[in-house]
Amino acid sequence: MALRGNLRDFTVTQLLNLINLASKTGTLIVDGPSETAHASFRDGKLAYARIGNEDNSLASILHRANKLSAGQYQIIRQRGGQMNDKELGLLLINAGYVTQEDIILSLHQYFTGIIQKLFTWVEGFFRFENEMLPPDDRINVRMDLENLIIEGSRHLREWEQLQDEIPSLDMALKFADRPGANLRNVNLSVEEWRVVSYINPKNTIRQIANATKMTDLEIRRIVYGLIQAGLVEIVRPEGTTLPPARMFPTEDREEQKSLVNRLITRIRSL
Amino acid sequence: MQTVKMVVTGPFSAGKTQFIGSVSEIDVVSTERKISQGTERAIKESTTVAMDFGRITVDEDLVLYLFGTPGQKRFDFMWEILSEGMLGFIVMVDSTRPETFREARSILETFRAYAPTPYVVAANKQDMPDAWPVEDMRHALRLDSKVKLLPCVATDRNSVKTVLLELLYSILAEMESGG
Repeated sequence: MALRGNLRDFTVTQLLNLINLASKTGTLIVDGPSETAHASFRDGKLAYARIGNEDNSLASILHRANKLSAGQYQIIRQRGGQMNDKELGLLLINAGYVTQEDIILSLHQYFTGIIQKLFTWVEGFFRFENEMLPPDDRINVRMDLENLIIEGSRHLREWEQLQDEIPSLDMALKFADRPGANLRNVNLSVEEWRVVSYINPKNTIRQIANATKMTDLEIRRIVYGLIQAGLVEIVRPEGTTLPPARMFPTEDREEQKSLVNRLITRIRSL
Repeated sequence: MQTVKMVVTGPFSAGKTQFIGSVSEIDVVSTERKISQGTERAIKESTTVAMDFGRITVDEDLVLYLFGTPGQKRFDFMWEILSEGMLGFIVMVDSTRPETFREARSILETFRAYAPTPYVVAANKQDMPDAWPVEDMRHALRLDSKVKLLPCVATDRNSVKTVLLELLYSILAEMESGG
């Protein structure tokens, strides 16, 4: 079945959130305003990305990250021949030109740049191809998505969208019990940390906003980012009681159960 | 005569009226109006503006009413009125229209704030080729693994029965756990 849509309705941040939570493997293809981007994931981690016709060879990425000089880059282009990225990487490490860490960091930086560019796209069709992986000759990484999601949510400025995401500030927040989500590995801003420090099912989002002196828009944006990164969940505040509503025509507990059982029997018989 | 009610909610064109129509013993009392706005009109010709109303007679002493809320946001003042005293609610989501998922989540949160009653989410139009997989929808809608997200085809009576039964099982389970 399809996982496809338009960025106008389903943002890149939301897509990354889905890929992260579902630990998806495959490639997200986005047809943007003037070019197409591919981002590949393994088990919910970013493995590889490319955009348009941009030269994304390892040599080019290392050159752009100032790990290779213009001269070295030219020589590799001329003499590299049919050498693929993995072979070139090994050669450069063995020759002492770069370290493995240089390569990984440069790739992280390059792929992050592509995702950041995607965050600026508000229009474009996307589809997710399950099990479609990057070419074998490319170097894959394993980047956690939480930081990218937080980064993406900082781009979200539309009041209406934030209001849809968090309709009520009278709800509370709790930390998600999802394994793998570790706050220590997430790059939060000072404002985000201030909000995190108040997260407790007893505190409403409005109380947190008051305590941290944030406007509705500011608190919504931060809470949205934390939710999207799978770090927190919205819950009803502890200790709140709603006005009693008369759900059953009887107060007797056993009669109420009998009534539900009658409903079940009737629906089954339809 | 005793009466109880359940509410069927969800975004515009999620299939609420069809859902109620599949099981109601009366023709759904629908307050539909022709759509004047361009984008919505491209999706369907008319929409519910106040509520839909269906009925299932359980026995001579008990009747279940199904209320469908208007999907368009400008009629959301009706939601709180309709949710009062409900046994539980169903959030309908069109699996083929990811652009409505955000609104569906917002409606779900709003109804949860109205009443702490059990609810289920029905992923409608699962028979369509461009339907999102249910588990992807769970993540997109940010539903906890404990929340029932059920594949559904609102025009298929058996599918609708399954959704209603799952909601009733949740209501019973909550009563038995002392909720």
